[in-house]
Amino acid sequence: MNRLGIIGLIIITVFFLVALAAPMLAPYDPRTQLPTDNNLPTSTRLQPTRSNPFGLDDLGRDVLSRVIYGARISMRVGVTVVSISAFIGLVIGAISGFYGGWIDRFFAGFLFNVFMSFPSLLLAIAMVAFLGPSLGNLILALSVIGWVGYARLVRGQVLKVREFDFVTAARALGAADLRLIVRHILPNAIQPLIVQASLGMAGAVLSEASLSFLGLGVPPPTPSWGAMLNDARSYLSVAPHLLLFPGLAVMLTVMAFNFVGDGLREWLDPKQKR
Amino acid sequence: MIPGMRNVLAALAKRAALALPVVWAVVTLVFLLIHIVPGDPIRNALGDNATSAQVDELKRQLGFDRPLHQQYANYWRGLLRGDLGASLINPSERVLDRILSRYPATLELAFAGLFVALLIAVPLGVTAGRNKGSLIDNAASVVALLGISLPGFVLGPLLIYVFALKFNLFPVSGRYGPEYLILPAVTLGAALSAVLTRMIRSSVIEELGEDYVRTARAKGLGENAVIYKHVLKNGLIPVVTVLGLQFGVLLAGAIITETIFSWPGLGRLTVDAINARDYPMVQGCILMIALTYIFANLATDFAYRLLDPRIKVE
Repeated sequence: MNRLGIIGLIIITVFFLVALAAPMLAPYDPRTQLPTDNNLPTSTRLQPTRSNPFGLDDLGRDVLSRVIYGARISMRVGVTVVSISAFIGLVIGAISGFYGGWIDRFFAGFLFNVFMSFPSLLLAIAMVAFLGPSLGNLILALSVIGWVGYARLVRGQVLKVREFDFVTAARALGAADLRLIVRHILPNAIQPLIVQASLGMAGAVLSEASLSFLGLGVPPPTPSWGAMLNDARSYLSVAPHLLLFPGLAVMLTVMAFNFVGDGLREWLDPKQKR
Repeated sequence: MIPGMRNVLAALAKRAALALPVVWAVVTLVFLLIHIVPGDPIRNALGDNATSAQVDELKRQLGFDRPLHQQYANYWRGLLRGDLGASLINPSERVLDRILSRYPATLELAFAGLFVALLIAVPLGVTAGRNKGSLIDNAASVVALLGISLPGFVLGPLLIYVFALKFNLFPVSGRYGPEYLILPAVTLGAALSAVLTRMIRSSVIEELGEDYVRTARAKGLGENAVIYKHVLKNGLIPVVTVLGLQFGVLLAGAIITETIFSWPGLGRLTVDAINARDYPMVQGCILMIALTYIFANLATDFAYRLLDPRIKVE
């Protein structure tokens, strides 16, 4: 894989480890308000210090600990959303491409278009706005907007592969539809699916942060990067570090998944080398 | 009539007809949204202090006491008359009036964002493409990657901090003059500029290998004329094809950008309505954004058929 892809992979591994080991790594509980000297002006009170290297937030909570715990939400949402939407996309895309006819016309000609006629973030915002903000609803909404991309991809691959001779041969040998799809056709769709999943992780992390930023993510006091960024806006002039650290965390994660996605694409399909 | 124009028109009519079932589905989904609210949406909106008589009265007024199919029929009837219902918070206010008063601000922001994106992407993409593999090309790639990874809700506050709070060059928020548009437009356009830079770069690289470029050079045309008169004309076609899609990303991004900059558009209205649990208002906003997006995609189709006569009319 190319150099950027490797760098991305390292960054992702670090963030995953941080998420897993958050209770061991975080110096403080992310929800606990630390005692501060209220006589000090806000700008000095919240400043990064030796004991709080990323500073404190407006409620006196340790920003480093919150950024560390924030990785948990991001990674959890990312992995869950990508798994659910890739699975749904795989099933629907395979059925649509394999059977063709009216099934394909319904899925590819109609349903895909309906879901793509909402700007994707808008549909997620709409769903969470009406269902109410919670981790489950967030994951549900992001999966509902996410599956179409995978379904289109898988359908395209299936359409291509199902005409190959080895599929005809397997069919002639009496293989059932399910066996044809699972054993012979889908393995050929896995590579682009992995690339899409990596880019999908970037998208899911970004969407989670966007929804949390709008107050439509995991409810407080659970630390989430998006929500931290929203809180930071009110203290921009006195405590810009509140923007800096969660901002960097989101950016690094999204960038790393994009690096890996691009790197994998080149690696798996050398023809596409830029 | 230009020969072939009839074909183009027929194709467009067909394309527009294909959009109709999608519009139907979008309206139906938006209608159903209020029915996925856990609990009683009217009670949610009025708060715990409202008596059950008040809740029932508002339900009757808004038609929420009727069976679902009747509500659905009423929704369509209203929609076709240009009526999106009344605000739950302030029942004397029509949803559509409020949306239309906010709509121009969002369009202004979206087009400004698009303009910023092209302003950055065209020169950067062209320069990178002509100098493939050079230092400039690599620098452009890095800038593009950063742009894709830098979300508006990080970039926006960052721009406010640097350009409004530190250097006092632009106002922090609001919409009271052209200078108020700059920071929101850059925030909204940045990610798109990154996407477009990459596209224009690979498009330019591809076009530079075509025969007509050799011809143009052979007849002694300067390199800039080759690029800007010939290559860019063809190289921008793939860009135009994604503009409709990208316009949707801009519209959704406007929700966040408008929140950051207190820009009085549709996106801010959506967020305010969500916070106030003014469900009909949220439904109206979402429908309006989705319809704008469908229309933008149709318009894009139209544009690139006109731009590229090679595209077959099916």
